[in-house]
Amino acid sequence: MTALLIGQIVLTLFVFVMLLSSAAGMVYVERKVAALLQQRLGPYRVGPIGLLQPLADIIKLMFKEELRPRAADAWLFALAPIIAGTCAFAAFAVVPFGADITVFGLIPDGLRLQVADVNVAILVVFAIGSMSVYGIVLAGWSSNSKYSLLGGLRSSAQMISYELSYGLALAGVLLIGNSLSLTDLVNAQHGAWLGFIPRWFIFLQPVGFLVYLTAGIAETNRAPFDFPEAEQELVAGYHTEYSSMSFAMFFMAEYINMVTVSAVATDLFLGGWHGPFLPESLGWIWFLLKVSAILFFYVWMRWTLPRYRYDQLMASGWKVLLPIAVINLLVTAAGVLYFGL
Amino acid sequence: MIAFYALAAIAVVSSLLVIAQRNPIYSVLLLIASFGALSGLYVMLDAPFAAVIQIIVYAGAIMVLFLFVVMLLNAPHEETEHDLRLHPLMRAGPMGFGVVLAVVLVVELGLALGAGRASAFSAASTSSVRDIGRTLFTDYAFAFEVTSVLILVAMVGAVVLARRGSR
Repeated sequence: MTALLIGQIVLTLFVFVMLLSSAAGMVYVERKVAALLQQRLGPYRVGPIGLLQPLADIIKLMFKEELRPRAADAWLFALAPIIAGTCAFAAFAVVPFGADITVFGLIPDGLRLQVADVNVAILVVFAIGSMSVYGIVLAGWSSNSKYSLLGGLRSSAQMISYELSYGLALAGVLLIGNSLSLTDLVNAQHGAWLGFIPRWFIFLQPVGFLVYLTAGIAETNRAPFDFPEAEQELVAGYHTEYSSMSFAMFFMAEYINMVTVSAVATDLFLGGWHGPFLPESLGWIWFLLKVSAILFFYVWMRWTLPRYRYDQLMASGWKVLLPIAVINLLVTAAGVLYFGL
Repeated sequence: MIAFYALAAIAVVSSLLVIAQRNPIYSVLLLIASFGALSGLYVMLDAPFAAVIQIIVYAGAIMVLFLFVVMLLNAPHEETEHDLRLHPLMRAGPMGFGVVLAVVLVVELGLALGAGRASAFSAASTSSVRDIGRTLFTDYAFAFEVTSVLILVAMVGAVVLARRGSR
């Protein structure tokens, strides 16, 4: 019992530190991949092949002066980055990332690699995601700056529009998996069809996966949907007036949200920690590989596709993505009802 | 029990503060805090599904729209002196109506609390999503359908209003 408790505390700290370092790592990866795609070298001076660049960035941010516009709303200006950071960390708490481990026999009952096993886990991720919009909206409003306000307004409009498709894409998987628990959904994808096709939901829900990925990019405000911070139009959007560590909080929240969206996509569509060649206890390696692949796709998209126009963004959300998601859900429901997939 | 009183206190105090604010943005945020506390109470009642839905629908979707509208219209702070003399709600008619509503609320609360606790739901029917769905589409199917028609009416109304403006 005590071993399990200690194990869970250690696991919580571990997840926290890993999310922090994944944000730092993603900064480096983003700059390196961007350089690769643009035939540049990217960061290479700080440490071997620029590996210490994130550290240098963090130190720079910490020693910068914390500024606040005089006309800003002091309370909300301070609250906004806290909301953004908290929501980013909280969402990952219900995401499972590996099979039960025993830590070399220290915990005989097995420790589940998931901070909190909630039976409505997938809805919790969705709920916390829908709360994280407040961080951006309040940052935009409280700064008392036109650019920030426009960024905040765009962000709320965009997130409301894409949340529907996002939720409907999830619903298709729930119907097939017949559960709201992420652990159950991952375990439903164990094994293979005909011996070699893994039973991943992406093969049953290819449309759902595409809708989820597109809506996920919009939810995390990444290019080509990065309107809240479109730098050519809005200077830096909602975080124009932020500096130092409160800016770093928004920056970190964006990367952690990307990691969470990728991790949920892995659990729902790509079989989570199930994969060939590795024993169940080393499944987290598969999980890491799959999440990395989706994260790379994110960065790749950012440096490949130009930003949409704002009306195109709204039109594609409501007139293309949402109908596709609804039809996908109807077809899935019919399939589950009549063929019992 | 401590958690119940803490959450209940947050819900009541923040709901009261909603109407005490001069700045509409703060009102919206306090209402979200109140919804959050309510959701915590649902968790304590062993109804995690209701709790999460409360957050998704009310705090996540509806209040974002409220905040959006308040920010878009950039509603100004209320002017205290001006309001006390001229605000339509300060006239005798609306004040009397408000007093009647308050009395009705207090009487109904008294009746409800005096009647004792009679729950129509078994403990299991609120915890599992499957049971909630089954109850909703069998025992309460009529209420459910009426609600959906109501929402449809609101949607048609919104479309009509938007169309009339563009012509």
